[in-house]
Amino acid sequence: MIEIKNLTKDFNSLKAIDNLSLKVPENEIFGLIGPDGSGKTTLMRMLAGIMNLTAGDILYKDKSIAKNTEEIKAFLGYMPQKFSLYGDLSVIENINFYADIYLVPKKERAETIKKLLSFSNLSDFKDRPADKLSGGMKQKLGLSCALIHKPRILLLDEPTNGVDPLSRREFWNILYDLKTQGVTILISTPYMDEAARCDGIALIDKGKLVFTGSPKKIREEYAGNVIEMITSDNILAFEAVSVLEGVSDASIVGEVLHINTAIDFPPETINNKLREISISIIDKKSIEPTIEDVYIYLTKERQKLPSEDHKK
Amino acid sequence: MENIIEVENLTKNFGSFTAVNSVTFSVKKGEIFGFLGPNGAGKSTTIKILCGLLIPTSGKASTFGFDVYRQSEKIKENIGYMSQKFSLYPDLTVEENINFYAGIYRVDPKIRNIRKNDLLKLLELTENRKTIAGLLPAGFKQRLALSCALIHDPPVIFLDEPTSGVDPVSRRNFWRLIKSFANSGKTIFVTTHYLDEAEYCNRISLIYDGRIIELESPYRIKKSYEERFNLKNPTLEDVFIKSIENYRAANNEF
Ligand SMILES: Nc1ncnc2c1ncn2[C@@H]1O[C@H](COP(=O)(O)OP(=O)(O)OP(=O)(O)O)[C@@H](O)[C@H]1O
Ligand SMILES: [Mg+2]
Repeated sequence: MIEIKNLTKDFNSLKAIDNLSLKVPENEIFGLIGPDGSGKTTLMRMLAGIMNLTAGDILYKDKSIAKNTEEIKAFLGYMPQKFSLYGDLSVIENINFYADIYLVPKKERAETIKKLLSFSNLSDFKDRPADKLSGGMKQKLGLSCALIHKPRILLLDEPTNGVDPLSRREFWNILYDLKTQGVTILISTPYMDEAARCDGIALIDKGKLVFTGSPKKIREEYAGNVIEMITSDNILAFEAVSVLEGVSDASIVGEVLHINTAIDFPPETINNKLREISISIIDKKSIEPTIEDVYIYLTKERQKLPSEDHKK
Repeated sequence: MENIIEVENLTKNFGSFTAVNSVTFSVKKGEIFGFLGPNGAGKSTTIKILCGLLIPTSGKASTFGFDVYRQSEKIKENIGYMSQKFSLYPDLTVEENINFYAGIYRVDPKIRNIRKNDLLKLLELTENRKTIAGLLPAGFKQRLALSCALIHDPPVIFLDEPTSGVDPVSRRNFWRLIKSFANSGKTIFVTTHYLDEAEYCNRISLIYDGRIIELESPYRIKKSYEERFNLKNPTLEDVFIKSIENYRAANNEF
């Protein structure tokens, strides 16, 4: 288990992490979500033992990282947001290079490499220099290098940025695989569909913990209703509805109008408003909030609380 | 000028490898045109050609009426380009970065200041104008890169994965802005791996192995996949995955 205890990190006058406590259970895939600049990368760096803590502690199985840095680092795998590849080395040379560094036995390599090349779809490009790869191919090569060894704990900082949807699915299959082999995985991500795949998640905002629990449980934090509707003119309907008192958010997603309302908002208000401007409703239903709804709700709410103001 | 971008049998080879393979399409004024495809499909390569940054191997292409082979200077004056790895100057402040790009584009300093203030306000960067760019979180850097790409008020905007790594709230705000640009007559050419975003596009093209395999409005493309493959209410992600599986099967990959 990883235990983060009253952790604080100051950069001059800015509190990047502010008295944050969090437990990451063993052998879970645990997701870290939060707005840009909320402190996810800073937290990851401290967890990886490459950044000093200002106050508080991080315990890996009751061992403090400050006193046992080298011992702990030996069973950690860390993929930073910007992973460095050797541009003039080929895809396969990069992978082998990292396999050497991590002392992966030659015998075990072949099979892992095959799996990694299949997820990344890089088999046909084994001999291409990393410099000549597309952005997403580079990202996937970085991921492959980070996954070449089997650490007990894997820290992944936004690993799937720029990775296409198909590879993203296959990447998650690799994570599930690692999990069954006993690896604990901490992953930060801006993708809410990935958050939904985690066993547990933590939402942090402005260096503070806003929520931790299962993806299912975070939905209970949502105090409001979500309505999805199809109308004769979604764009006009959107404009009319989004300014109604009690509507906290609205968006057009494909053919549907997605509306977030306060808990006491009478749903007929929408019908009345649309009738007034001669827009007809083709379909209208209440739905469960998505993780994205909850995410927006929780991070927006906090922006409104003046007492929670970010220290400048 | 109805078509802002015109491409015919465009091909780009790197040595013996074909990154873009005889693609043909056009983009209309005011359109949001989405370019989707797996990693390495040839999206960025196509964008670089249309921005006058890379000479094609063969075929025709023009942006805003200017030929990509001969008029790359003219093209650059009329486009805003936000690259996948946008290049900001990490040691300069937000404001200095914008000024720098204004200088490149020779924007009159008086107009520049008005536009700069408008952009900072629009992209919610006013408070950060004196912040060193290198210290900004991803979503802020992305907004700054967009400001830099728009300081000369270009009629055509190329955005290569503008929202990669950006959180859901910022992504929504970003797309509201893009919509408003399109409504004001600007033409947007955009790539993304977030398929929920592709819903904002008027038309999307799916590109695979350098070839365009679909080109339709999001609605029509979903409807057609619903019928062809018996999918029930498919999302664009379902369509994306199906189209690639189908393409691979047809071309005997795997
Ligand atoms: N300078 C180059 N030399 C050799 N090959 C190149 C070069 N630039 C790009 N390629 C190859 O061309 C193909 C298309 O690359 P491109 O960057 O256009 O892909 P993309 O669709 O933008 O992918 P991504 O989603 O990962 O950004 C890739 O296989 C890439 O490795
Ligand atoms: Mg690209």
